[in-house]
Parts: sequence; structure tokens; C-alpha cells
Amino acid sequence: MRYLPLSETDRTDMLARVGISDIDEIFVDIPKSARIDGLLDLPRRQGEFAVERDMSRMAGKNVAASSVPFFVGAGAYKHHVPASVDHLIQRSEFLTSYTPYQPEVTQGTLQYLFEFQTQVAALTGMEVANASMYDGSTGTAEAVLMAHRVTRRNKAVLSGGLHPHYRQVVEGLSSMAGDRVEALGADPSGTEDILAAIDEETSCVVVQSPSVYGHLIDLKPIAEKAHAHGALLIAVFTEVVSLGLVESPGAQGADIVVGEGQSIGNGLNFGGPYVGLFATRQKFIRQMPGRLCGETVDSNGKRGFVLTLSTREQHIRRDKATSNICTNSGLCCLAFTIHMTLLGGNGLAKLARINHANAVKLKGMLEIVPGVSVVNDTFFNEFTVKLPKPAHGVVEALADKGVLGGVPVSRLEPGKSALENLLLVAASEVNSHEDRAAFVTALKEVLA
Amino acid sequence: MSMNNQGRPSAPVDTGGVAEHPTFTGNKALAMEEPLLFETGRMDVCGVDLDEPEDFAPALGNHARKAVPDLPALTEPEAMRHYVRLSSKNYAIDAGLYPLGSCTMKHNPRLNEKMARLPGFGDIHPMQPLSTVPGAVELIAELAHWLVTMTGMSAVAMSPKAGAHGELCGMMAIKAAHTAAGRDPKIVLVPESAHGTNPATAALLGYKVVAIAAREDGTVDPAAVKARIAEHEGDIAGIMLTNPNTCGLFERDIIAMAEAIHAADGYFYCDGANFNAIVGKARPGDLGVDAMHINLHKTFSTPHGGGGPGAGPVVLSERLAPFAPLPFLRKEGDGITWVESESELKDGERPFGRMTAFHGQMGMYVRALAYMKSHGADGLKQASEDAVLNANYVRVGLQDLMSLPFGQRWCMHEVLFDDSFLKDTGVTTLDFAKAMIDEGYHPMTMYFPLVVHGAMLIEPTESESRSSLDLFIATMRDLVMSAQKGETGRFKGAPFHAPRGRLDETRAARSPVLKWERPTSRDVQPQAAE
Repeated sequence: MRYLPLSETDRTDMLARVGISDIDEIFVDIPKSARIDGLLDLPRRQGEFAVERDMSRMAGKNVAASSVPFFVGAGAYKHHVPASVDHLIQRSEFLTSYTPYQPEVTQGTLQYLFEFQTQVAALTGMEVANASMYDGSTGTAEAVLMAHRVTRRNKAVLSGGLHPHYRQVVEGLSSMAGDRVEALGADPSGTEDILAAIDEETSCVVVQSPSVYGHLIDLKPIAEKAHAHGALLIAVFTEVVSLGLVESPGAQGADIVVGEGQSIGNGLNFGGPYVGLFATRQKFIRQMPGRLCGETVDSNGKRGFVLTLSTREQHIRRDKATSNICTNSGLCCLAFTIHMTLLGGNGLAKLARINHANAVKLKGMLEIVPGVSVVNDTFFNEFTVKLPKPAHGVVEALADKGVLGGVPVSRLEPGKSALENLLLVAASEVNSHEDRAAFVTALKEVLA
Repeated sequence: MSMNNQGRPSAPVDTGGVAEHPTFTGNKALAMEEPLLFETGRMDVCGVDLDEPEDFAPALGNHARKAVPDLPALTEPEAMRHYVRLSSKNYAIDAGLYPLGSCTMKHNPRLNEKMARLPGFGDIHPMQPLSTVPGAVELIAELAHWLVTMTGMSAVAMSPKAGAHGELCGMMAIKAAHTAAGRDPKIVLVPESAHGTNPATAALLGYKVVAIAAREDGTVDPAAVKARIAEHEGDIAGIMLTNPNTCGLFERDIIAMAEAIHAADGYFYCDGANFNAIVGKARPGDLGVDAMHINLHKTFSTPHGGGGPGAGPVVLSERLAPFAPLPFLRKEGDGITWVESESELKDGERPFGRMTAFHGQMGMYVRALAYMKSHGADGLKQASEDAVLNANYVRVGLQDLMSLPFGQRWCMHEVLFDDSFLKDTGVTTLDFAKAMIDEGYHPMTMYFPLVVHGAMLIEPTESESRSSLDLFIATMRDLVMSAQKGETGRFKGAPFHAPRGRLDETRAARSPVLKWERPTSRDVQPQAAE
């Protein structure tokens, strides 16, 4: 077997060295009744070519985003990632290294985590960021738990503009942990009155901007009302590119900012692995979940980096830890930080302008299709379209015509007839004029 | 024609006894110092060519950002150099033996990387119509089949993002099952030798953690489990056991403990971190396990990536299968349905909710399945046997010099030593580990598990050749003898040859500096947004 260096001779000699002739003598502690006799009922080993052929066959059944006019978003976005990013993250020294628990021989990982934290803090307008969470949705659930620790309350108010899957992740964990959630109804128009839901029992208000329906939300009044009642504002985003053009949540008074970083550096991957971004105020760092990298010096006085404040974490605090999280999204952070380094602040702003411009163009082309209207006044690169019939069937029909034309709201919020005709449409820098024209032509045919 | 036309071949020079000068740059030939990217980056360069869009009417309302993020950029050649230089400061499996016990630093096959980057896997969106991704659902279903077959379980919840997330998923399924039965027990039993994530997970769900002490031989005593169950009669939600355990030993009384917990209406959560020792040798389902996460990044070789991303699918027993979170696979005859929402549920399906926004770590599913297909049933069994043989070979090679806390007995895939062999040498476990760095090895896991004083947990994995193990054993023996001879200088300040010496972790925690700050005298002003 190509991955196993021991030869049969090695095995025989090594068994003799440890004093036995049959490997099964080592497995003596496994109860006899539970030992597997022979082999599992699974296929035998395959050479590299055979595996590649088999898996390529499966991959070939799927429609890749780059191969069609593509407008699907709702929490994951198709962007172009520079070739150098994927090359660098595959360097052995990054790819096959462990968590940097031995800082003397993992300064590479630690320094990029420090750079990553700096970038995330600057983008979100916050004072500190951690070394990442699994993704935006799990990060949001962690943010709610953190707010409960800070405020010593346990009721979270969730905006109806929060991604429904994020809401479900928060609700699931909260109900199990004995915490309360007040989730406002779906808010496709971006007009909900969340201020009215904030009271003296509220631990945190969770607001997504751009919302899942694409609306840009003014966070300032929400932060003010929350703070007046001793609650925290958790600002969520699913499209990190928006932060190149939209006012940062930190500048609007958010206490915790959490979101999905996939758009920068990371591919779609059918939903994972992604990278959760998590930032907050300096005063809350000891209540933060997740790994943190900090600057220090070594025995020769040279600058170096270490994982720090680990007394918050499960391997030290066990059942008193701030979270059970034990990993971060290491390599996805690296991809994020390399792509972000290539862009810089100005490059990100320009990328964001291109995304916004393409969305504005797409909106203009879609809203003149008979029977179609766009719900949004404000948006970044994604908006909500109202169709004259259920969006689910329209999306399937578009797919048959070779256009992936967005996400039906009914897939995120099933069984709600008022939302059935709504379609979320995302644009990005990868869309050409021809892509948009193909979308409009196909939509007209489907609606005719 | 040769390009080397200098005509002056080099030869060793007599340095007059001076071995080393400090360099002006701080570099040491191939060992380069590298500043933070913010210290060399500029606001007026960009490593991505982007065309400014034509004039358009923005739809941002009054939400436009007032200043661009204050983040300098590097062009592509600069970025390549920056990250390549950073990479050279990392230890890696591809560079050397990485004996971190409990972490399973095995070889990461590059075929897996190639497969994960096929556009049909890497470039598909989680929310594009399922009709356009039948191959993705097929892949998940095939991986699920391998996992339940290997473990002898009924179902698998695929979506958890990492091992600890899988633990959370498994314990949520257990809580949901109790709730469905009209019960609300409060106690979860966790051995003291457990990974920290176990008690942290239980506590997250509001459970009270009751610790179980290890017995003399490093395993959990079923009598102690039964005693705790009796003390908390009627209030036991379950037990979280790692098997093989964190001392590298197989819990030989596991079936008795499973029966005891089941008799108390509790569930048996197994931490599957060490499943790599027994793949093809025993199935957790036959041991009475109700839920177990599988670290695809350990047992099935998806890269650790400097700390993630991982993947932690959870296999479930028949009793817990109905509670698997959304989305899940439904098999009906030959057909497979990917069930995403409550509106699609059938009788008996009672998902407790959702663990994450989408379908889980697809990129890791692809890699893990490529690994499984490459090994096959025969190769997977062989890998477990080799991992266990390698660990015992190391144990036998070191047991006369280093101290085994539980005597000379078989270990599984990892061997645990304590620090009594360092008694009176003035060298600590930490010193010893740092001296290993100078010898070109990543240290083993230290001070874990907590039940052993000065623990050193060595997991060589099946990826090491015999000659590699022989050199490792010889080096460890040299170090032990050096410590016992009183050569503390080798240990106390170690490492001496790494990119950095020992780092001041106390200072880092006392006054945390968690990001780069632009020097206050601003030499570069960020440009205003247009």
C-alpha cells in the first residue's frame, strides 16, 4: 500500500522485537465478541488512477459555478481567488502542520494568524479579532453565548433579516442550553421594528447587514437602544466583501461582529470548509471564544507570536471554558489572509465597487422583465426579486436552461406562502454582461 | 555550455577558529527574518488587477464606508516571498516525524488535495439546486456508507465542522432523545483522562459533569462508573468515554460500562479521536456506543492545516438516529434524498435542529473518501495495525530508560510515558520536549492526559518507516541519558537552533497585543473611499 512504509519484512522483524509473532496479540484488550473476523464489507484498496477516475466521475455530474452564468448567494459567494493563494496554502509547511502549540517551530502559522486578526479587526472596525471560528453560522451561535456571559442575561433577540440557517443554529444551541430566543418574523422588506423587541431582559440583539434579503441596515439606533438597556449588539454579515464599501459595524456601535469570510480566499466547496470571522471590543476579550494569537518576545528579546489567553479554553478550563471549540479554520484563515494581503484595503474597496456595480446593473436588467420587481431600495451585491410565480420552480427551470439564477427564499424558509415568490439573486465580479443577458433571456422564457 | 564560468571553484576556508558571526540582517543564510506584512506593504499597490467599474448609481443609501480599511497590500511577488518565508518557520509532517499523541499526524496524501479541487466538488455552491449536484449527494452518501460500515452504527450526522462540534452534535442528539422520552436528566459522567472538549461540551448544554477517576492501570473502572450511576440514580444523561483512551489503552471493560449506562437509561457517547487505532479491528457499534464523532482530519488524513479546518461527522445508534440534525441523508431502497428542512420530514424523523449553515465540510468529505478508497478495507486494517505496531516498537525501544506509568503492557496507537525518569535531573518534561526540537523533532504531546504526572504522549502513526523510528528511538535515548548525566545545559534553554527561542507566554497573556497597530506618526495616510 503506497502510503504505508513498513514492508512485510519490517513487520515481521518489529513483531519479533516487541516479542510476538501475530499483531492480534496486541489487540488482546478488545472483547472477543467485538473483534472483526477478516475484513470489513467494503471495497479493497485502489491505485491512485482508479480512485481519481472514480471520483472524477462523481464530480462530473455536478454543475460547477464557473461553467455557467451564476447568481447564487444566500451566505456563500462565488468570487475569483488568485492562483497564488491556492499555491501558497498547499505548501507542506502550512498544510501539514498542527495547531501552533510549540511556538518556536510554528512562527509561520502564528505570524499569519496575527496578521489575520489585524485584518479582521480593521475590516469590522473592531478592536480585537480571534483566530477564526468554523464558519459564520457557528460563530453567530458562539457570539450569542458570549453575550450571555457578558450581560449575565440569557435572552437573544434575532432580526428577521438574519439568515434563516444562522437563526436555526442559534435556536438549536440556545434551546438545548436553556437560553431564550425571540426570533422576529421573516423581514423581506427590511422594515421590521426591532427596537420594540429590546427590553431589560435582552442579552443581545442579532442583526445581519446586508440582511439575508440584501438590505443595508442602519445599526446605530439599534446599538443605542441595546446599550440603553444593558444589552449588546451582535452584527452579522455573510458577505465580507461588503465591508470594503459599507460602513463597518464597529463604527456603528456593534459590540460583537461575526460573519462568514469565505468570499475572500476560499472556494464554494458545497458549503465548507469556510472561515468564521469574530471580532469584539478589547474589554470583552476574556469572554471571547476561540483561539487568540498574541505578540511577545523570545529568550533573545526577538519579537515572536504565541497562542494566548488560553485560560479561557477547554483544554485548560474544561467544564468552565468559554466554549468547547478546539480548532480554528487554520488553512482557510491563511487563504483569507493571503487574498486580503494581495488586495489591501484599497483593492478590497475596488472589488466591492465592482460587485456593487454588477448588482446595480443586474437589478436594472431584471426589473424590466414583465412581472418581475426588485424589493430592495438598498443592497450591496445581493437583492430580493419578486416573481409572478413560485421561485422554486423558476430556479429549476432556469437550471434546465443552463443558468443558476439564485436561491428561492422558500428553500430557506419553507412552507411560508408569503415568501414563495421571492428569489435571492447575487452578483459578483465574475459575472459578465453576457452572463446577465443570458439570465434575463432565460428568465423571460421561463416566465412567458 | 555551463553557466558557471567564474573559473574559481570554492573550497573550505580556515576560519581561524571563529565559528559564527552575528549577521547584519539577523538572517542566517536560508533562515530569514520576516517582518509583518503591514510593515512592508503599502496602501498604493495591489496584488490583484481590477478594473474600476464604469459610472453607476450606487444603491447603498447612507451606508457607505467613510474610509477604506487601513490595510496595506503586497504585490504578488512580494506576497509569495512573504508567505514562503513564513512557511519556512513551521515544522510539518512532510518535514519530519510529528509524534503528537492524541493528534494523529499521519501523512496527508496529495491525491486527496487534487480531488478536492475538482471543479465538480470545489466549485459548487451549497444552495444551487440539488438537481445540479447529484454527484455531491452521491459522494456524501458513499462516505456515509463507509463510516457506518466501519463503525457498525445505524446512521451518521455529517455536518459537524470539527471533533468538538461533533461532540456537541452527539450530546445534543442525546439530550433530544431524553426530552422526547419525557426525561430531563442532569448528569454526564466524564473520566478525568478525557479531552477537555468532553466536559466543556457537556457543560455547554447545561449538564453537570461528574468526574470518574482512573484506576491504577490507566483505564476506567466499571465499578466506579456503577458507583457514580448509583449515587445519581435516575439522573444520568450519559457517559463520555474515549476509546482507545487518552493513555493509549483500550478500555477492556467497555461493554460492561455500556450496559451499566444503558441500564440507567443513559447514553454512551464515545470520543472517537482515537478510532484510528481500531479501524477494521473492532466496531464501536458492537461495543455499545450510541454516538461517536470521527475526526476526518485524524483517522482519515485530511490535513491539519495549522489548526484546522477539521471535520467531525457523528455516527449514531439506532436509538439516536431519528434525532440526527438537518440536513441528513434518507435512504429508501436504492434512492437517496438529501433532507434539508422540517417540511420534508417523514414519520419517525425528529431532527433536533441544525449544526451549521450548510452541508458540513464537503472539502474534507472528498479528501477522506479518497483516502478510504485508496486504502480499502484491507489497507485501513493494515494502517491501524501498523500504527499500533509502530507505537509498541517505540515503547519497547524506550521502556528501559523512560518510565511507563502503567507498567509494561500493550498500548494502542500511542504510548504514554511519565516524567519519573527525569526525577532529580533538574530537567522538566517541557525542557525535554524543547530539546527534541533542537534534534529536529516536533515534541510529543506534553502534560496530557492530566491523570499522569509530566505526561509525554507519543503517537508515531503508521506513516513512519522502521528506519525513521529507529533514529527517533536512538535520539530519545541519547536525550534521556544526557539528562540523567546532568547535562542540563542542553535542556534548560532549549531550543537553541529553532527560528525562535522560548517565548514569553506570561507577557503575552498579561498585556495582550492581538493585532498590529500602525505607528502613531503616520507616514502613510489611508486613501479616502471614492
